[in-house]
Amino acid sequence: MLSKFRPVMVLLLAALLLSLVGCAPKAAADGPKTVKVLTMQQAGPTPEEMNEIVAKFNEANPNIKVEIEYVSYDALHDKIATAMATNPPSYDVVLVDDIWYAEFAKAGYLWDVTAKIDAQTKEKVFAAAWDITTVNGTTYGMPWLLDAKYFFYNEKILAEAGFSAPPKTWEELVEQSKVIKEKGLVEYPIAWSWGQAEAVICDYVALLFGNGGSLVDAEGKPAFNNEKGVQALAWMLQTIEDGISNPASVSYVEEDVRNVFSQGKAAFAVNWLYMYELANLNADESQITGQVKFGLMPAFAGSGVESATINGSMGFSVVDKSPNREAAWEYVKFLTSESIQKEYSAHLLPVWSGNYEGEALDSLTKLNEATPVTVPAFKAQFPFSHVRPKVPYYAEGSKALQLAIQEALTKLKTPQQALDDAAAKWVELQAK
Amino acid sequence: MKRYRKTLQTAGKLFLMLLILLFIYAPLAWLLLSSVSTRADLLATPPRWIPEHPTLQNYRNILIPGTAVSEVARTFKYTLANSFLVATVTTVICLFVGSLAAYALARLRMKYRDAIFMGILSVRMIPEISLVIPLYVAAAFLGWRDKPIILIVTYLSFALPFAIWMLTTFFETVPIELEDAALIDGSSRLGTLFRVVLPVAAPGIVSTALFTFLLAWDEFFFALLFTSTIQAKTVPVAIAEFTGRYAVDITAMMTGGVLAALPPVILALIFQRYIVSGLSAGAVKG
Amino acid sequence: MTQASIPRKTLNLRQQEMRDGMWMLLPGILIIFIITLIPVLYTFVLSFTNTPLSNPRPQDFVGLANYLAFLKSQQFWQAIWRTFYFTVVSVGAELVLGLAIASLIHSRPPGWKFLRTSLIIPWAVPTIVNGALWRWIYNADYGALNGLLMSLGLITKYRAWLTEPATAMNLVIIADIWHSLPFVVLILQAALATIPVEMEAAAAVDGATAWQRFWLIRIPLLQPAILVALIIRTVEAFRVFDIIYVITQGGPAFGTVTISYLTYLESFSYGHLGSGSAMSFLISLFTLAMALIYIRLFYRPEVRA
Repeated sequence: MLSKFRPVMVLLLAALLLSLVGCAPKAAADGPKTVKVLTMQQAGPTPEEMNEIVAKFNEANPNIKVEIEYVSYDALHDKIATAMATNPPSYDVVLVDDIWYAEFAKAGYLWDVTAKIDAQTKEKVFAAAWDITTVNGTTYGMPWLLDAKYFFYNEKILAEAGFSAPPKTWEELVEQSKVIKEKGLVEYPIAWSWGQAEAVICDYVALLFGNGGSLVDAEGKPAFNNEKGVQALAWMLQTIEDGISNPASVSYVEEDVRNVFSQGKAAFAVNWLYMYELANLNADESQITGQVKFGLMPAFAGSGVESATINGSMGFSVVDKSPNREAAWEYVKFLTSESIQKEYSAHLLPVWSGNYEGEALDSLTKLNEATPVTVPAFKAQFPFSHVRPKVPYYAEGSKALQLAIQEALTKLKTPQQALDDAAAKWVELQAK
Repeated sequence: MKRYRKTLQTAGKLFLMLLILLFIYAPLAWLLLSSVSTRADLLATPPRWIPEHPTLQNYRNILIPGTAVSEVARTFKYTLANSFLVATVTTVICLFVGSLAAYALARLRMKYRDAIFMGILSVRMIPEISLVIPLYVAAAFLGWRDKPIILIVTYLSFALPFAIWMLTTFFETVPIELEDAALIDGSSRLGTLFRVVLPVAAPGIVSTALFTFLLAWDEFFFALLFTSTIQAKTVPVAIAEFTGRYAVDITAMMTGGVLAALPPVILALIFQRYIVSGLSAGAVKG
Repeated sequence: MTQASIPRKTLNLRQQEMRDGMWMLLPGILIIFIITLIPVLYTFVLSFTNTPLSNPRPQDFVGLANYLAFLKSQQFWQAIWRTFYFTVVSVGAELVLGLAIASLIHSRPPGWKFLRTSLIIPWAVPTIVNGALWRWIYNADYGALNGLLMSLGLITKYRAWLTEPATAMNLVIIADIWHSLPFVVLILQAALATIPVEMEAAAAVDGATAWQRFWLIRIPLLQPAILVALIIRTVEAFRVFDIIYVITQGGPAFGTVTISYLTYLESFSYGHLGSGSAMSFLISLFTLAMALIYIRLFYRPEVRA
């Protein structure tokens, strides 16, 4: 009975085993080196432009082949982390978000390039940009995609309410909002991204630093639960209760804020630079084209702070375990060089101060319709930007703080209680 | 009087049906509507149930070569093909290997049968998260990263236990007398399976195939971590990539959703008769 | 669970049957063994360590510390409770609605075929799109839900739906029901189709009310089908992740963080592979326990004979 049957099974098993061993990796051949790059969709230059940049790079470095993979931002962290589980890692160059640097540095993922950055580069790239890729004095890559949260307002709504200038302080914003609300121009004058995501931390940082506070003190201990921090959070809650902040903000991320603002349903919004082009210049995306203006991010009156915002940039780094570190670094240097950035900055802002001066500035502001407005806005706002703490437990600490803010905004806890709990969590994480 | 009551009853049933159909179709209508609207239309309040500027731009971007504005739209059709390949091969393997195992579990008197059966069921309960790291290390070692084969192999981890489990319940409904007759006629065990059991259980097999196909088609987490280029990237991952760091191309995403739903829906409609009778066979025996 | 058929083989044949069975099971067991059990054992070992995601070789053994930490963690028990809530409410609603809709289809009202066909479509919409779709529908400022309720006159002012933890959880459940209900209906409807009409007709003649017929005849006969639907849906619901990730990201205030979501945060966001592994083991144990309870409650061996 089994005679017909056993050969089939044996064949099947053999095929299975063969398929498992048959595809073992081939040894890397000598000769041209391949640099594998992991970046994300919508990270500055388009894929076509990235390919042009590679072609230019190959003119000088014909022996280095560059392969680029694009993933979504949401997948980037997990893909890097999983890729590092193998040896050699699946990528040689990775795009790293500001808040991952400390974690990746501690895990030993990234190559220390401190010594490879010459004095001239060090000086000509914005100091605030180096804050992105530097952890405890060690630099792990070249900054890329400089961004901060900006203060946007709808000029038409403000004019109808009788205001000729945007608010300079958060108190002034509340006053203007009350008038806008009374006149029935919009129901909720400002929309925020206070949903349970990193987005809420970014908005909170802007308010916290705008009140003279900070996330951690000089010793690295949590400071957000002091008077300043509690005031900022209490202010957030109060504006929801007064109907000034859109109550749905508690469930919103950046894109929801853009949608509400683009609809003319908010007079003010706090968002990243990307919103400008879409809200002001694109009629398929927005009903308020031509009405969008930048104001300097307000601060709280009496805090002594002129303006404060969040620095949310990224950086390109070389993977420490990569067998082609030198080649990879060559590519990173080329990609982030001043001349390349001058040419390919239609979708991102350069990290070099030289790109914002003289003839370079002229060409930068003529790259597209948006840059005449966004470049000056950047120059005005970026110096007031603050990075989040470079601590290896940031992801967990941030989640605890997100929870605290949301608990306060949904009235599960008082602001003081919620922030104290989060601070206790940070202390616990530090001790680990 | 009685006829009057009957009419009333039918009217009540029709009203209930209307409610159910509304629950099914309202979100679907919204999905379709979103895929042909501009964002400005989609954001309007009150909602525009008929868009002011209907556009097929998203469909054109994805379906007509050379019109795409984004890399994701341009490569979307390749990801459809990848998904189709991965889901089909996974399904075929599950059916073949699964039928053998299910037959043994359903028919043969064996020691530890119950233990094996529960063991297979419990494999289905393991969260993907707990498999992903070891599988990634293995994939990298074998050089399978970003190849369809890694998805096929890893999808077997949840699809095969599911298929074995479903098929076992289906096979148990096939009248045992049929097989006994074949066995007495000298047919081999395997011959009986292929010539007698499979044809009778065909509806069950077709439904298992569809379920398995849908499981593989919908899978996101493994595909996200194991693939990154059009060599192997699947549809759910491509759809997720309509999301940038902040901006979400919602209308394109909805278009992707409509297109991704079409293949399984067409398959389900073609095989609908089998699904229903197949399910009935399996379900009764539990 | 063995067959209760008449003994038809000699002992010798029975041994052969055993051997045949082993051969037939081998490919399936082998595949499952290689691609799941080995990784699972690996994670099992990891669950007794403090291995970081950055270097996933088992290291820094801590014994049962990870498991003990969960016992004390409020966040963990809240996530378990939310997962149970999600599972019980969504599977329960699917079962009740599924029975009702299946019975409706079974009574063959005009257009029942159209209804049955329509049911398949939500099932084919990819989960990730399903999530994005519902997130948009629930949006407070431009969502279709507010628009619809407003035009029906049910609300006078737009409401923010996802800003309150309990509401958010229930809305996620509705989105999940939309996607999964069809599966339950199809299974139950198919099982109903096999119940002999005579049984219910005879009961009706004996004076049983429609309600009695439903509970005393229909439900017992449907038990095996209910078991299939229950187990499959419970296993899926207990692991729910994607749809929450897309609709609420676990918010507001962790109100929709289920156990799978917490495991994801622990393993991938925080990089604690060790305790993440321990957590995923507990999920498997909980699901297995529930499946066993169901089988105890509903399994009627005599039905299978």
